[in-house]
Amino acid sequence: MKTYLPPKFIVERDDSRCIRCEVCVNQCTFDVHSYDTEDDELRSREENCVGCHRCVVFCPTEALTIRRNPLDYRENYNWRPEVIEDIIKQSETGGVLLTGMGNDKSYRIYWDHLVLNASQVTNPSIDPLREPMELTTYLGQKPDRVEFDSHGLKTELPPQVKLEVPVMFSAMSYGAVSLNVHESLARAATEMGTLWNTGEGGLHPKLYKYGDNTIVQVASGRFGVHPEYLDIAKVVEIKIGQGAKPGIGGHLPSEKVSAEVSSTRMIPKGTDALSPAPQHDIYSIEDLAQLVYALKEATNYTKPIAVKIAAVHNSAAIASGMVRAGADIIVLDGLRGSTGAAPKIIRDNVGIPIELALASVDDRLRQEGIRNQASVVIAGGIRNSGDVAKAIALGADAVYIGTAALIALGCTTCQQCHTGKCAWGICTTDPWLTKRVNPDIGARRLSNLLRGWSLELKDILGGMGINALESLRGNRLHLRGVGLTDTELEILGVRMAGR
Amino acid sequence: MKEAVTIDAKGIFYRELNAKLRQVVSNGTQKIELRNVYGQRYIGTDLDKPVEIEIFGTPGNDLGAFMDSPRIIVHGNAQDGCGNTMNNGEIIIHGHAGDILGLSARGGKIFVRDDVGYRAGIHMKEYQDKKPMVVVGGTAQDFLGEYMAGGVLILLGLNLKEGERHKANFIGTGMHGGAIYIRGDVEEFQLGKEVGIAELDENDHSVLKKLIGEFASHFDYNAEGILKHKFIKLFPLYLRPYGRLYAY
Repeated sequence: MKTYLPPKFIVERDDSRCIRCEVCVNQCTFDVHSYDTEDDELRSREENCVGCHRCVVFCPTEALTIRRNPLDYRENYNWRPEVIEDIIKQSETGGVLLTGMGNDKSYRIYWDHLVLNASQVTNPSIDPLREPMELTTYLGQKPDRVEFDSHGLKTELPPQVKLEVPVMFSAMSYGAVSLNVHESLARAATEMGTLWNTGEGGLHPKLYKYGDNTIVQVASGRFGVHPEYLDIAKVVEIKIGQGAKPGIGGHLPSEKVSAEVSSTRMIPKGTDALSPAPQHDIYSIEDLAQLVYALKEATNYTKPIAVKIAAVHNSAAIASGMVRAGADIIVLDGLRGSTGAAPKIIRDNVGIPIELALASVDDRLRQEGIRNQASVVIAGGIRNSGDVAKAIALGADAVYIGTAALIALGCTTCQQCHTGKCAWGICTTDPWLTKRVNPDIGARRLSNLLRGWSLELKDILGGMGINALESLRGNRLHLRGVGLTDTELEILGVRMAGR
Repeated sequence: MKEAVTIDAKGIFYRELNAKLRQVVSNGTQKIELRNVYGQRYIGTDLDKPVEIEIFGTPGNDLGAFMDSPRIIVHGNAQDGCGNTMNNGEIIIHGHAGDILGLSARGGKIFVRDDVGYRAGIHMKEYQDKKPMVVVGGTAQDFLGEYMAGGVLILLGLNLKEGERHKANFIGTGMHGGAIYIRGDVEEFQLGKEVGIAELDENDHSVLKKLIGEFASHFDYNAEGILKHKFIKLFPLYLRPYGRLYAY
């Protein structure tokens, strides 16, 4: 069938710069560039271009530019190009539209409507370059009260995990991303004193040595979940939902189930790895408690158990249930949370913004007097240290970053994760492509990112006259809203700027 | 080191009971008898040695969840989640078992003398030498072997009356690996869309002979008598049941 889809991008090649080295041909995984030996000319199949910039970055003579195809439809606010093209795709395939990354729609980003405070005159700011500044965070259940005797602390504390920086790497499964990506994340987390998350595809034995900085996931597919996997981890996370696809399971296509992936997931090669939508042992809060305690039993009460949900309408009530079910850490993944593959219609339309979910969950747990019983971690769209600081002030104990971490590794958010053809070698298991992420360099890039954010967080704290992140946590007086309605301000628990 | 230990579980909370089990197993005890078990959960969960635990009474949910090696014999009924994500070991139940028996198990064996609840064998999977095996003597409720990705599931229907069909509908829905063997009558409408029916070959017969032999010896049945009856084999029609669902 002839496709009615116009090319999305235009490839411009400056012939005076092109040296016919064919780097673009070799780097492109979507078959855009080809070399015609007879005419000694490079050609482009522009309809294949996804705008990932791999060729542009690697062209040694900077001969390439990728531009959006300026082809305009007649102006129509309702029938925008994306809407039209989605319909074309479906009329040509009859399938569920798949996509990668997170929600790219123009829902309000509340971080951009919140501003932070700083000290002026009436209290001194602190210079973090010369004075000690603490970002240390402990995740885990905190006791209602502590008692001391002559030997010190008498109360037996539930298991706690120490983070040097309140930013962890979000769950991305081996299979969705490559082993080199996992190794980069694991090494960076170890170096920076934080945690990375295996996602639901198991953990390659090569990475067991990073266990002290590893969160292992137990999801509906239970891939690669066995006693050793639970034992080496620092935290075990039960995955109920994901911000990019609340209520939806996962199908890792068999093309991505390589020999190594199959051995880590412990499934046969060549089959799809299906993660059912629900966990079939969890149909209620009581059932969740059962799995939480099954995992506590399986790890002899030595590790915090986290439970991750997508942020949805009833998050606050659900979170309360999760805490009462024994979760030591609750994780909320917002509307903008990303994915290796999800139905586009779900990614773009289901879930609520993480800022509102966080504020309402933190409020609810405080009102019920159980906020100390679990740490709150948020995920989904955290872009920089400013977002981190605002999240902490809204009540988060720590944040997860997924997309930001992948961007550090080279991702240009071209949203082709579901194709398995990632030209940057990130979201693929093709052995030829996965070499494009070198774990030495990957770990360095990720560590650099966290180091930069840490320095910035200290600057932000110093400006506020605070010397420990703990003093900012849940301290919404350090936030003000800009351009928000009364209801939005009320949910966020934040005053309008100027008040 | 003690060869055998008896624990009276009456009135003991599961956490305490399981801590006790860990302790006696770490002392090198080979055989443990649990008396007066009344619904305590997670028995056998964090034990990774091939000990034998004999349970008298009714163990609670998630019996042997995440278990790795012990052999558990239940003189009574088991509840929901028995063998949940089990890695290795054996569970023998002289009675019924509840829902989601063997959920996501990737190894070990489960024998149930009587009936099982909903979604038995759901999402069991196999990898190389790891292959979970479940034999149910009676019948099962709906969604037997749902999402099954590997392993062997045998349903014997020994307690069905002459001419009585198995109870389950949606058998093998979403199945994409492994094999289900059924003895006794099943109509085609009871099967999921993703399974096909096959005649048994030599390999199937040897699998049945071995597992039903073990089943019969656990529960004092005559294996030959069971094997004489006709079996059908259900197999996944597709390795990728949902492969053509998507547009790129």
